[in-house]
Amino acid sequence: MSALGRAWRRARQNRVVVISGGLLAALVVVALVGPLLSPHSYLQTDFENILAAPSFADFHLFGTDDLGRDLFVRTLLGVQVTILVALVASAVSLVIGVLYGAIAGFAGGRVDAVMMRFVDTLYALPFIFFVILLMVAFERNFFLIFVAIGAVNWLDMARIVRGQTLSLREREFVQAAQLTGVSFSRIILRHIAPNLVGVVIVYVTLTIPQAILVESFLSFLGLGIQEPQTSLGALVDAGVNQMEGASWVLLVPASLLALVLLSFNFLGDALRDVFDSRQSR
Amino acid sequence: MLRYALLRLLGAIPTLLLVIVLAFLMVHAAPGGPFDDERVLPPEIEKNIAKAYQLDQPLPKQFFTYMSGLLRGDLGPSYRYRDHTVSELIGSAFPLSLKLGAMAMLLAVVIGVGAGTAAALRKDSLLDRMLMAFAMTGISIPVFVIAPVLVLLLAVYLQWLPAGWSGTEGGGRFILPVISLALPQIAYIARLTRASMIDVLANDFVRTARAQGLGTSAIVRFHALKPSMLPVLSYMGPAIAAILTGSVVVEEIFGIPGLGQHFVRGALNRDYTLVLGIVVFYATLVVLLNLIVDLLYGVIDPRIRQR
Repeated sequence: MSALGRAWRRARQNRVVVISGGLLAALVVVALVGPLLSPHSYLQTDFENILAAPSFADFHLFGTDDLGRDLFVRTLLGVQVTILVALVASAVSLVIGVLYGAIAGFAGGRVDAVMMRFVDTLYALPFIFFVILLMVAFERNFFLIFVAIGAVNWLDMARIVRGQTLSLREREFVQAAQLTGVSFSRIILRHIAPNLVGVVIVYVTLTIPQAILVESFLSFLGLGIQEPQTSLGALVDAGVNQMEGASWVLLVPASLLALVLLSFNFLGDALRDVFDSRQSR
Repeated sequence: MLRYALLRLLGAIPTLLLVIVLAFLMVHAAPGGPFDDERVLPPEIEKNIAKAYQLDQPLPKQFFTYMSGLLRGDLGPSYRYRDHTVSELIGSAFPLSLKLGAMAMLLAVVIGVGAGTAAALRKDSLLDRMLMAFAMTGISIPVFVIAPVLVLLLAVYLQWLPAGWSGTEGGGRFILPVISLALPQIAYIARLTRASMIDVLANDFVRTARAQGLGTSAIVRFHALKPSMLPVLSYMGPAIAAILTGSVVVEEIFGIPGLGQHFVRGALNRDYTLVLGIVVFYATLVVLLNLIVDLLYGVIDPRIRQR
């Protein structure tokens, strides 16, 4: 685990990692705490304050929507839901991707070839349409959204883990372990898995924004998170309908979504640099 | 080359079959029938509806019927638009989507390759950094955020361009949808072009050309452009899928009566046959276009052809 400790120290010295990571952490804290401090709830409608502009007077910091609901609270709830869905979906794709990739890489030979050919085939498909098909065919519930998005995003992870496992398999310490009679499962757990952690962390950071994209895409089309629950994608959708009279209804969730996605992408890119330069030494 | 093309074509068939089976099973595994959410019907009528749509047949038989229809270009009746078949709906809506997508793709390749090359030639300059920061933004921000913000800025505030589709005529109404659709792809292609152009420019043959006194623009045009296009070409497959996905959003935002809009409406109305038909159609399109990209790859890079 000391290799991870060294990477962590290097990551903390990287300006982009610190800024984007700090920004995301701050955003999560605000999203969790903010709604508790506001006098409004995400459900409460106020027909005297429909599409009110942002102001400090009624604590409608981001204004209100077409039902008079407070946008500050709703947007922060949207951030919570969006990040929660993205984290769980990424975890789903992590489990599928790592298992699939590690098995293919460690088995090698014909098994590997067939498994990877299958991944190539799936790569060529417009996967999002299958997710929509799934959402149409079954009831739209939270759980299904997690699984569907996770099932879309595991391909990259599988490829990368497979490549890494393939090269690890040939390394001296793994061969030494094999020669001294260490069992198959113990090699994977003690020798292969710890060395995959770095790559996996980097690609999870890059999977999260992809999961956010899919979730907000579905919610934008009305196929994802359903009212009265909300997510950033659903809020952008609502904002599009109101933008000519009340631009803040669009601009607030749109800029927060952009901020979240940019931060995750910058974080992932910078983390990749940190881990890559470690490997090249 | 012909042998290579035939082999690739044969390879595409199992993929297509997999797609169709998967999509078909997903729709038919759905709990309840397609007409369940309407008012309660007498059992005899329910039975007759099931019979008319052949839903009373065993699943393999239904699949066989669907496949034999598919091979004749018949995707079955729409469950909601009772007077139309799915093939008719696709046939009338697709040309517009195709036009939109083709224009966006063209714009993305021209501007993306141009910007990427400019950035590569002035690596680490201010221009390079600005272009790459712009590209990162374009990659991160989804179409459904870019499009409304562009509409708000250019159509609502500045009133330079029409905001919607209906009620306007002429080419002007294509501008905003095409730009919204192309922006993320411009960003990707610019990044890819920059990276591979930098690699190619470091080659010996570029140094030789320069030593012989060739100017930068001639080096790029005659020596560096073609090899540096290989990663861009292999990105074309994902780009096509991304533009199809984006067109669903863009058609919804601008109210363009294309295939994407049918797809979303069908999904919201639970029009199973329409959604299934469009998924099969899109998937076939993507697989075929990927095939063409693969073949083009063979044309540009002779090393691939020989395998």
